[in-house]
Amino acid sequence: MAGGIKKFVVGCFDDEKVLFPAVKQVRKAGYKIHDVYTPFPVHGLDHAMGLRETSLHTAGFIYAITGTTTALSFMSWVFTKDWPLNIGGKPHFALPAWIPITFELTVLFSAVGMVLTFCYLCQLSPFVKKHHFHARATDDLFVMAIECTDKTNDAELQQFLEKNGAKEINVQHAETGWWIGRYDREQKLYREEKGY
Amino acid sequence: MNHQFEISASYKKWTWGLIGVGVVALLYGFIMYHPFAPVAHGGGHDAHHAASDSTRFWAVLLQNSAYWLLVVNASMFFICVTTMAMGGWQIALRRVPEAISSVVPVLGIITFLVLMAIIWGGRTDIYHWLDNEAVKNDPILNGKSGFLNPTFYTIWSAVSILMWWLLGRKMRSLSLQSDKDGQMDYETGKKWIFKNTVWASLYCVFFGLSVASTIPWLWLMSIDAHWYSTMYSWYTFASTFVSGMSLVAIYIVYLKNKGKLEYVTEEHLHDVGKFMFAFSVFWTYLWFSQYMLIWYSNQPEETKYFVERIGTADKSGPYHFIFFVNLILNFLCPLLILMKRGAKRSWSLLVFMGVLIIVGHWIDFYQMVMPGTVKGHPKMYFFELGVPALFIGIIMLVVGKYLSTNSLVMKNHPFIKESMIHHT
Repeated sequence: MAGGIKKFVVGCFDDEKVLFPAVKQVRKAGYKIHDVYTPFPVHGLDHAMGLRETSLHTAGFIYAITGTTTALSFMSWVFTKDWPLNIGGKPHFALPAWIPITFELTVLFSAVGMVLTFCYLCQLSPFVKKHHFHARATDDLFVMAIECTDKTNDAELQQFLEKNGAKEINVQHAETGWWIGRYDREQKLYREEKGY
Repeated sequence: MNHQFEISASYKKWTWGLIGVGVVALLYGFIMYHPFAPVAHGGGHDAHHAASDSTRFWAVLLQNSAYWLLVVNASMFFICVTTMAMGGWQIALRRVPEAISSVVPVLGIITFLVLMAIIWGGRTDIYHWLDNEAVKNDPILNGKSGFLNPTFYTIWSAVSILMWWLLGRKMRSLSLQSDKDGQMDYETGKKWIFKNTVWASLYCVFFGLSVASTIPWLWLMSIDAHWYSTMYSWYTFASTFVSGMSLVAIYIVYLKNKGKLEYVTEEHLHDVGKFMFAFSVFWTYLWFSQYMLIWYSNQPEETKYFVERIGTADKSGPYHFIFFVNLILNFLCPLLILMKRGAKRSWSLLVFMGVLIIVGHWIDFYQMVMPGTVKGHPKMYFFELGVPALFIGIIMLVVGKYLSTNSLVMKNHPFIKESMIHHT
C-alpha cells in the first residue's frame, strides 16, 4: 500500500457555482486538494484544480502504433511467408486489402489499452474497495477532499470551508491509494499559475 | 473594443499583387495557348501536340474555378450545419465564414463562364462526351447521355450556382439584419433562430443534391466519362470542406493578429482545428474507399482511373509522384501534426497547417482534372501557378470588403454568450 492512511477534511457542495470559487480559495490558501468527486463530469474543474494535462492520449498513441505494427507485420508474414494464397491473381503483398484490418487493430489496441491505463491512473481494479468520502457524490453532491498534513489546523480548515459555502463538513481517515504514480503528486501549486 | 475591421495597406498590396500576377498569367495563357483554337480531332501525334496547349488552358481554368468556388461555398455549409445543430460555440467567429461565403456569387459567375466556354465551345478534349460522333458509337457514353448532355449540364450548373448564391445571401441577410434590430427578447430570439434553421436546412438539402452528388459528377467526374465511382462526390466534398475550414482558420488567426475578434479564444480555435483534423481523416477514408471498392470487387475495367494516375506495376504513370504527394500532404501531415491537443490550440501551427491543407487539396484537384485532359503531359509552370493567384486575390478582395463593411461580432445573436464562455 503506497499511500497509507491519511487524514482528510471533506467538504460537500451542492452547487457548481459555489464549488468553483471554493476550489480557487482553498488552493489560494495553500491547502492541498486530494480530489473533487462529482456526480457528472464538470467542465473546467480539472483546470481550476490545477491538475496537469493527462498523459492518457500519449499512451493511446503508443498503443495505436503497436496495433498498426502488429497488424501489418502479422499479415505480411502470413500472406507472403507462412501461407501465401492466390486471391484473384492479386499480389501476395496486398497492402490495400490489409488497410481495414490494420485500422481495426489500431483502434482495438488503443481502445483496450486506454481503458486499462485509465483504470490504472484512477486506481480502479476488480476486488479493490475504494473509500467513498460521501455516498451522495454519485448522486447530487460535489465532494471536495482536502489532505491534512501535520501542520494543518483542521478546525480552522473546517471553518474556512464553511465560509466558502460547503453544506456538510467532516473529517475522515482513509487509504489514499494502492499503487505508485499517484495523480495527486502532479498538481500545480496555485502560486505557480499564470496571472497569480 | 472596436468590432470593425479596416483593410490594412499590406492586405491591399497582397490582394492586388495576387490579382495582378493572376491576370498576367491569364493574359499569357490567352496569347500563348490559343484557347479558342478549334479542337484537333484524332489525327497524328503532331495534331495532338498542337491541341494540348489549349487543352491545358481550359483544364487549368476548370480545376481552379471548380476548386475555389467549392472551397468558399463550404463556408456557408459550415454555417448552415452548425445552425441546424443549434451550435452556439461558433457565433463568436461566424462573421468569418459568412464573409468567405460572400465570394460565392463572384466565383460562381467566373466558374459558370468557364464551364460554358468549355461546353458550348465544344471542348471534346476536356469532356469526351461532348463529341456526338463518339457518343453514338459508344454504348457506355450513349447510356449516360440522358445525364451527360450540354443542355442538362448548363441548366443544372446554373441552378446550382444560383441556389448557393440566393440561399447563402438569405442566411447572410438574416445575420446582418440582427445587427440592426437590436437586442432580441426570448420570443423574438426563438422565432429568429427558427427562421435561420429553416433556411439553413433548405441550403443543406440543396447542398446534398448539388455539391455532395451531381455537381462533382458533372464538372469533374465526367472528364473520365467511362469511369464512375459512387465515392467521388463525397470525396470532392470532403476535399473542399476541409480546405474551407482551413481558410476560416487562417482568417481567424489573421483577424486575431490585428487585435480583432476579441471573443474568439483558443477554445474556438481548437474546435476549428478539430474540423481540419477530422475532415482530413474523412477525406482519406473516402480517397481509400474509392480505390478499395474497385480492388475488392475485382473490376479491372474500373482500374483505368488509377492506371492513368499511378501507372502499372511495370511502368509508373506521369502522375505517380503527385498522387502520393497528395496522400502525404492531405493525410499524413494533418494526422501526425494536428493529432495533439496543443497543436490545434496553437495559432501559428494552425495557419501553417491551413496553408498546407489548401495547397494539398489544390493538388488533389489537379490530379482529378489533368490525367483525363492533358493526359501524359502534366505541366506545373507559371500558368498553372499564376491562375490560382488570381482566384486567391479575388477571394481576399471580396472577403476584405465584407469584413470591413460589417461588424465582426454578431452582438445580438441569442447564442453569443454561449460562444463567449465556450470551453472544451
